[in-house]
Amino acid sequence: MIPVGFAYERPSSVDGALALLAEHGEEASVMAGGHSLLPVMKLRLAAPELIIDISKLSELSYVKVDGDEVAIGSGTKHRTVEASEVLAAEAPLLAAVARTVGDPQVRHRGTIGGSLAHADPASDLPAAVLALGGTVVLRSPRGTRSVPITEFYTGVFSSVKEPDELIVEIRVPRTGGAGWAYEKFTRRANDWAVVGVAVVDGRVGLVNMGQTPLRATATEEALAAGASIADAAALADQGTEPPEDLAGTREYRRHLARVLTKRALTTAAGG
Amino acid sequence: MSIMGTRVRRVEDPVFLTRGATYTDDLTDERLSGALHLTFVRSPMAHARITSVDATAAREAPGVVAVITAEEMDLEPTKHFPAVPDAMARPWLAKDVVRFVGEPVAAVLTEQAYQGEDAAELVEVDYDPLPVVTTLKQAATDETLLFPEAGTNFAVPSFGNDDFSDDLFEGCEVVVTREIVNQRVAAAPLETRGAAAAWGEDGRVTLFLSTQNAQQSKGEVAGWLGVDPAQVHVITPDVGGGFGAKIGADPEFALVAWAARHVKRPVRWNESRSENMTGMLQGRAQLQTITIGGNRDGKVLAYRLDVLADAGAYPRIGTALPTFTRMMAGGVYDIPKVETRARVLVTNTTSTGAYRGAGRPEATAAIERAFDLFAAEIGMDVAEVRKRNVPPPDAFPFTNKGGAQYDTGEYAKAIDTVLEAGGYQALRAEQKARRERGDVMQLGIGLSCFVEITAGGMAAEDATVEVHADGTVTVLTGTSPHGQGHATAWAMLASEKLGIPVEKITVKHGDTDLIPKGVGTMGSRSLQSGGVAVYNAAGELADLAKQRAAELLEASVDDLEVAEGEVRVAGTGTGITLAQLAEKDQLRVETHWDQQLPTFPFGAHLAVVELDTESGKAVVEKIITIDDAGTILNPLLAEGQRHGGIAQGIAQALLEEVVYDADGNPLTATFADYGIPSAAELPSFTLLTMETPTHLNPIGAKGIGEAGTIGATPAVQSAVCDAVAHLGIRHIDMPATPLRVWEAINAAQNGTATTNGSDA
Ligand SMILES: Cc1cc2nc3c(=O)[nH]c(=O)nc-3n(C[C@H](O)[C@H](O)[C@H](O)COP(=O)(O)OP(=O)(O)OC[C@H]3O[C@@H](n4cnc5c(N)ncnc54)[C@H](O)[C@@H]3O)c2cc1C
Repeated sequence: MIPVGFAYERPSSVDGALALLAEHGEEASVMAGGHSLLPVMKLRLAAPELIIDISKLSELSYVKVDGDEVAIGSGTKHRTVEASEVLAAEAPLLAAVARTVGDPQVRHRGTIGGSLAHADPASDLPAAVLALGGTVVLRSPRGTRSVPITEFYTGVFSSVKEPDELIVEIRVPRTGGAGWAYEKFTRRANDWAVVGVAVVDGRVGLVNMGQTPLRATATEEALAAGASIADAAALADQGTEPPEDLAGTREYRRHLARVLTKRALTTAAGG
Repeated sequence: MSIMGTRVRRVEDPVFLTRGATYTDDLTDERLSGALHLTFVRSPMAHARITSVDATAAREAPGVVAVITAEEMDLEPTKHFPAVPDAMARPWLAKDVVRFVGEPVAAVLTEQAYQGEDAAELVEVDYDPLPVVTTLKQAATDETLLFPEAGTNFAVPSFGNDDFSDDLFEGCEVVVTREIVNQRVAAAPLETRGAAAAWGEDGRVTLFLSTQNAQQSKGEVAGWLGVDPAQVHVITPDVGGGFGAKIGADPEFALVAWAARHVKRPVRWNESRSENMTGMLQGRAQLQTITIGGNRDGKVLAYRLDVLADAGAYPRIGTALPTFTRMMAGGVYDIPKVETRARVLVTNTTSTGAYRGAGRPEATAAIERAFDLFAAEIGMDVAEVRKRNVPPPDAFPFTNKGGAQYDTGEYAKAIDTVLEAGGYQALRAEQKARRERGDVMQLGIGLSCFVEITAGGMAAEDATVEVHADGTVTVLTGTSPHGQGHATAWAMLASEKLGIPVEKITVKHGDTDLIPKGVGTMGSRSLQSGGVAVYNAAGELADLAKQRAAELLEASVDDLEVAEGEVRVAGTGTGITLAQLAEKDQLRVETHWDQQLPTFPFGAHLAVVELDTESGKAVVEKIITIDDAGTILNPLLAEGQRHGGIAQGIAQALLEEVVYDADGNPLTATFADYGIPSAAELPSFTLLTMETPTHLNPIGAKGIGEAGTIGATPAVQSAVCDAVAHLGIRHIDMPATPLRVWEAINAAQNGTATTNGSDA
């Protein structure tokens, strides 16, 4: 449980971090909260030569309203997201989902940017941002670009983020008035989701139902066409190929997706 | 006023809560200065032939002082359980074959701990895979042998009846049989294993070990190293939990001592969590076939328990535990005919050993399941069937069919008490209403009644009590607390006899030079053995003080009393303090106490679960328990033991299971995958009081360390099964995970469920 040796840098600005990333490329790893990176390093499943610690960059930690959207700095900790008054008013789903991540220690370290960058389909926040229809803002020495979250993920632990890019911001539409709910099914309180379902404004995001966070498109279309919650929820697992592990078989996960979607939609509808 | 039975707060806690405990890995003892760190290279394969081990690169890595492989080791392979074939001896480092994932293959010694992991990666071991045996049924076919020279995978071909009688169930109106699993679980103490060794100029080794018994460890390590036990000095620092898996010494301890001698430098080893989850003894791991027969009036006439037990790759203490399972097979019931058999097998998995209850929970789980199945078959209430089959209080001492003599018990009363406190009738009414409404959230009610054996086979212990001239007291004990609170409890026992406050009493344990004789802490034995020894020693010390004071005070011994640390002439103001007596002449008593027989605590647990029939998830809403352990010395400590025990019982029923894939890879080697519970998975416990003293010792105490686990596990499992009983489900194996419950519901709805009941 001791990682392979590595060099360590703590740049004092985002530009400094980007310069280091540009110089070292794939040999380097950015570290935000370290709560996904350090465990894999300790298990020696990852061995970056350089750690670029961005956890102290206060310029990446904020939550603010910006036009029709809420802008969240990538370095914002889960705990801050959970407690944010801006999010409580403008995107309460995100705050509620952050509250279900791990335990308080994890939430005081882990960041929304790290969670999205890590691209683990079992993570909660990516599916929430997906349900919200959010955007990931990436920066590199080559410039800044915005990628809709629907186009961000390419597979397990992989995304369109280039090695020299940092996630600097996550933007989600203001959805204060919309019905929302998050159903996270776990064996133990602090566990990762066996399956999770995030619902907001008629959109449905699925956790741990495939290689990437997914939208339950068939359910969304059925709802838009006026189907009942029960009928729409019965389509939630359509087209999914969820993973199999000790917590669930493929069949079980598909079943859970249907059950949880029904529950989340019912809650979101005020039921 | 007597201090006995009062809630004295733990004297251990201020340090634990402020500075923190000093575990083996925390030691800054000067004997360990300059110690090397030992890192094991462990097998990633469950069963394979080693074709080569190349440590060349590792030996050149930074900080490496030595790499030890089987080549360098001069210790002969050793059996870790006497009654198994010689061929099942375990090499200290694997030489030709590895037999489980986690088996040590080489040891790397480095100046710094972190250098060890780097160097260990450089040791190149080539493996040629062999067919893997992970299940008991597979092992029993003897198709693939772990030890070809043994000619069999049976470590013990059979404890007990070799042949079952044909007519055991003759005359029974109903017979129910079923195969059930008592799954393998990990002890997972918060402090993983650790050892440190330093050899002195005098040729003696000082060994710091995380263990539940220093004295036994000393003998074992000396034997393994082939040195005179007098050459070995074992010290146990604070020990952060053991649950049975730290009984005695582990093979790794001998390797640490051997390595320290080999390189002539102190050596320390502290394992990681992942290492612990494959290297430390695991518990339970029985496949049981239960058959119960009786009449429709609820009377059970015959019971048979047939056990296949998993010893893991190298037989250790787990090999013996099915004998406890057999002895306690009949549980609290007076069953006319009981037959048991246990066969123990080796598999390509981690070795098994004692885990909280060690053989008795497996017996209780089996008989309690059998009673539930029988009750379901005859359509009688589970509580009623139980009460019809327990012996009445005047039947004690009661000898069960396994030969155990239960000292005292009031089983029907224990059942009635939990039923009443839990509002059993109201719960059943609520359950009925939910079933009629077809609610998604169903209620399950589970009852268990248990008796267990404490201080079994090891009821003797020594104690020394000494009063010093400054008025303080030192107590030396051969028990070995690792969370139980002996420093508090033993001080109370001495205080009771001497009238000296507990703050002035220091309890010492776990240093074999200071305390050469001792058995340790396991099997819920400590209070009735070591505690009573302290109580007796303090009493004898009070008598000795009276005799000495009688001369000085010119009074008759009969007129003297000991109170508030003073020997007084009753009814007068004259007296002399124990401290003053100690100033004149050493005031010290050493005594031996042997209870001879074990005691049999008992109780009943009522568990209520709410089960989500859509997801399959069961949540324990309530657990109401009686854990009657005779007279309670300190309710605070007793409740602590019950809390921990119940938590682990609930966890076995719902969450915990060590799982291997078909290739023998452990799938549960981290806490992310292995289901240890947190407070969030547990309800508040309702602990009821019932104290039926034993006559076997002067304080009336039985053991309480394991009761909670033994009672809670079947109660919770039963509650889960009960929650879905109306769907036609009779049994779900542990752990009753959401997945497993959902699959059972699915099978029932598709008509593929079996009830395994048959009318005879
Ligand atoms: C015990 C435990 C329980 C957990 N439970 C949950 C849970 O229930 N649900 C859940 O969703 N998560 C859970 N997590 C994960 C947790 O949320 C992590 O904090 C999160 O996934 C990663 O965030 P981080 O800031 O710690 O990222 P880090 O670990 O620092 O980084 C993770 C990866 O992202 C990259 N990275 C980080 N920040 C950026 C950035 N700004 N731009 C580009 N790349 C970046 C890193 O290089 C690394 O590859 C748990 C973690 C632990 C340890």
